[in-house]
Amino acid sequence: MTVLERYEPLVDDPDAFRAACERPLPAVVRVNTIKTTVDRAREALAEVGIASEQTDWHPGMLRLPEAQPGANWPYVHGWLHGQEEVSAVPAEVLDPQPGERVWDACAAPGSKTTQLAALLDDEGLVVATDNNMGRVSALRSNTERLGATSVAVTVEDARNHSLKPFATADDEPGPTTADGALYDRALVDVPCSCEGTVRKNPDVLDEWEFAQVEGVAGVQKGILRRAVQATRAGGTVVYSTCTFAPEENEAVLDYALEEEACELVEFDLPLESSPGITEWLEVTG
Amino acid sequence: MAPDGTDRGSGAARKNHSDRFDRLPATTDERVVARRPTREAVLSWWDERFGIDPAIFEPYSFWERGGGKIWLFYGDVPSPVDIDGLGMLALRARQEHWKPTLEAVQRFGDHATRNCIHLSRPEAARFFAGEDQELDWDGDWGYLIVTHELAGKREPLGVGLYVHGELRSMVPKGRRRELG
Repeated sequence: MTVLERYEPLVDDPDAFRAACERPLPAVVRVNTIKTTVDRAREALAEVGIASEQTDWHPGMLRLPEAQPGANWPYVHGWLHGQEEVSAVPAEVLDPQPGERVWDACAAPGSKTTQLAALLDDEGLVVATDNNMGRVSALRSNTERLGATSVAVTVEDARNHSLKPFATADDEPGPTTADGALYDRALVDVPCSCEGTVRKNPDVLDEWEFAQVEGVAGVQKGILRRAVQATRAGGTVVYSTCTFAPEENEAVLDYALEEEACELVEFDLPLESSPGITEWLEVTG
Repeated sequence: MAPDGTDRGSGAARKNHSDRFDRLPATTDERVVARRPTREAVLSWWDERFGIDPAIFEPYSFWERGGGKIWLFYGDVPSPVDIDGLGMLALRARQEHWKPTLEAVQRFGDHATRNCIHLSRPEAARFFAGEDQELDWDGDWGYLIVTHELAGKREPLGVGLYVHGELRSMVPKGRRRELG
């Protein structure tokens, strides 16, 4: 059985699912509203002869049918950031507001971090955490190129994230006396088996192993738990992956709902979506 | 405790650390670390060199990490803070002539009213490719904000050093691009 066959019982139209996984991804950029507006970015692209089309769900996400994102005037001004459409979904759902304090638990290379800063109008605090020093250098370079001033970077295991560096005298104490202020929102965009990246990286399914899914699910649970603990009562946590495996999605949420003080909430998104599954015909053997 | 959050008594507080961020003292009266620039001096420098109103920087705190490297961060956190990134590197203040970063100029340079050199598109392309070029400039020598026109407005692109009739590109190697 192939990896994708594993999920056929979960989709209405397996042929359409397979066909979608084989379609190449178009080049897409997000307009960096820290430095410019959507209108001026489109004007600049037109001026340098690059066609752009607004996506139907997000005016700041532009498809570039004929060009790659990296070598043009609006890009070098930090007005554009190459980012897939689907990668822009979690921060939109989290919907942070100017002045808020936000944690990006698995931040590198920073596409979502800088999108969160832009949603704050770069006025607030985004704590961007990653455990990989090499990937953090990409994160820092993206935050600087895009002109984000509200991002603080920590290199640590998100499961043991410390709030202490960000405490101020005015803050409510955190869950323990050693902690600083809690976050208003947290984005938990965890490391995963990345099955959903098959459109840009067809090899991802060749390297797939169930043991890896099980292993990474343990890490995902730990990070999501820490995010719920580090977020204030009434705050919002968004959990996202780029994989299909229910072990890394619904099962992780089930775990957090059982272990931590949190509940599922509805959200608005101008994209077709489906709720998570509540049962699955597990294939054994 | 000193007002910049450091302990005046300990030796460790009196020198600069390369692995943590220390908030700049507001004024020289509050300075603990010798030669550390003050917030007042940083705001005056942006104002005197580029005409950027100090009020623009009011919501931001300024930090030193590594000798003379000054970072700009929205809001504030307790000082010192031992983390791996804080806002953006805004200027280098170790030498006699302070040097702004490309990132700070792109972000705040639209507030500048002096020492901005405006380039044509071909000149801007040479500048961003890292090339030095002979250009006429009537103003001060030293670090200039380089602008060009994009989407109908003058936009800050980076930092050039003007000396001896020549504009030297200060675009960092990793940021240079060959653009038409």
